[in-house]
Amino acid sequence: MRNILPILTVVFGLFVIWYAGAVYLNSNWAYDKAKRADVELSFGVMVADTMAQEKPRLPPPHQVIAEIWKTTGAMVQRGRAFSKRSLIYHGWITLSSTMLGFVFGTGLGILLAVAIVHSRAMDMSVMPWVIASQTIPILAIAPMIVVVLASAQVDDFIAKGVISMYLSFFPVVVGMVKGLRSPDHMEMDQMRTWNASRSQTFWRLRLPASASFLFTSLKVGIAASLIGAVVAELSLSQDGGLGARMLVGSYYGQTIQIWSALIAAATLAALMVAMIGVVQTVTLKKMGMAS
Amino acid sequence: MIWICTVLLFWVIAWAINVRMVAMKPSRIITFFVPALFGVTLLLLWEGIVRGLQISPVLLPPPSAIAVTFSQSVPILWGDFVQTFVKGALSGYVIGCGAAVLTAIAVDRSPFLQRGLLPVGNFVAALPIIGLAPIMVMWFGFGWQSKAAVVVAMVFFPVLVNTVQGLQASDAMQRDLMRTYAANYPQALLRLRLPMAMPFIFNGLKIATTLALIGAIVAEFFGSPIKGMGFRISTEVGRLSLDMVWAEITVAAFAGSAFYGGVALIEKTVTFWHPSQRRVR
Repeated sequence: MRNILPILTVVFGLFVIWYAGAVYLNSNWAYDKAKRADVELSFGVMVADTMAQEKPRLPPPHQVIAEIWKTTGAMVQRGRAFSKRSLIYHGWITLSSTMLGFVFGTGLGILLAVAIVHSRAMDMSVMPWVIASQTIPILAIAPMIVVVLASAQVDDFIAKGVISMYLSFFPVVVGMVKGLRSPDHMEMDQMRTWNASRSQTFWRLRLPASASFLFTSLKVGIAASLIGAVVAELSLSQDGGLGARMLVGSYYGQTIQIWSALIAAATLAALMVAMIGVVQTVTLKKMGMAS
Repeated sequence: MIWICTVLLFWVIAWAINVRMVAMKPSRIITFFVPALFGVTLLLLWEGIVRGLQISPVLLPPPSAIAVTFSQSVPILWGDFVQTFVKGALSGYVIGCGAAVLTAIAVDRSPFLQRGLLPVGNFVAALPIIGLAPIMVMWFGFGWQSKAAVVVAMVFFPVLVNTVQGLQASDAMQRDLMRTYAANYPQALLRLRLPMAMPFIFNGLKIATTLALIGAIVAEFFGSPIKGMGFRISTEVGRLSLDMVWAEITVAAFAGSAFYGGVALIEKTVTFWHPSQRRVR
């Protein structure tokens, strides 16, 4: 808890920079308006104007927060939480395809990691490609996957899930291979002295030893999944979703809408990573591996 | 049918060869040959299945068609590469990483700020920063400047976090030694702490290479001049000429690997002393 004060200071600093940027970037428009209306603009009035423009270049935090409240909390109060204009609705669309992709990506990733650890041929032929694929901008193929799957009559929801899956797959493979290999010589020798079979070694030693590695890569994977879903929604904007909100906002210059979608996506990412963190602490504690 | 049978047969043979090779004494040739053969097998499998099942080239063009398109449109691909990689990604990468390292050194003397910056930086690094792309395009226009700005935002925090961690890597004994030499702060920073931080900094720099390319390409989906890898991908997808898209993706893959490899090479020469760089056996 001794980190609370420093963190708050840094966050406070970020907000100060944000407000300063808002004043700086929006001042042009304020001066323009004043010039056309032939009024001399004092500094105080200018700052007040930059805080409340309709289409600011950089909306100040309170405008973004107000917009988020308008599209979430206020709509819940009116009992329209899932109307098409609510961020909850769009967030839910993004979240569901993220989760679909994440679950399948993680599952496949773990399976491939198990195969790699147990077969030298797999290890030597597949592993270099998995590592190389991490240096490739996979997201670039998102629009193509969307179009191809759409013309193959696949549901859009699944198309977005495929991209999420693809992005969360590789971190999980790399992390799990590392984790399943983490038992050292002594531990492996111990299993041999007990005459443990391969599957016994796997279930009793390798899998438990990989738990902390798994959670670390799950955190990376779910963040990547969300990014995949958001980018996929840029190409499938007709279905809604946070990415679609960003795209539509950028078409109509609705900066406040873009920022609120961005903050919503960030919150979603933070919540999911935090949730995995909680599961991690609980699991590792139960396993007696808590650090 | 013949196509499918041939490639399946090739697959089985190649796999058998690989299994045999793996059982042999490991050597450099084998560690290179095995994954290479696997890659060739995948390409042939792709080619054979597309031809055998007569999948429409609109859905999935065979590798041979992609190679033909690639060789025919080298000038276009080169122009896109320069626009996206050299102008957008590389300039943003240099600015972003430079700013991150300088920021880390600036807060180096304040442990208070470091304690705050590490969790916040780690948190921000997990956020979908790519969403800033439409905003940056709005601010900096359609040119490469907006792409560079997205790249700066994407690479800044991972590099910052790694550098801050790296600057804490020297242990008390080493710092005490510097003190007994009566080294002042800049001397200790340049002679001890920055070199000790290099493995961490390069870890961040390597992560940032991929992020930079992704940022530059995705930012072009939001608007760009009539060239660039992201622009080409989104328009050619719209025209359903997927062979061109795949050619562009090949360029992106090579550019990404070469970028990463280049940074890894620099790392090798800078951190030659580090245990992870030592030759095994």
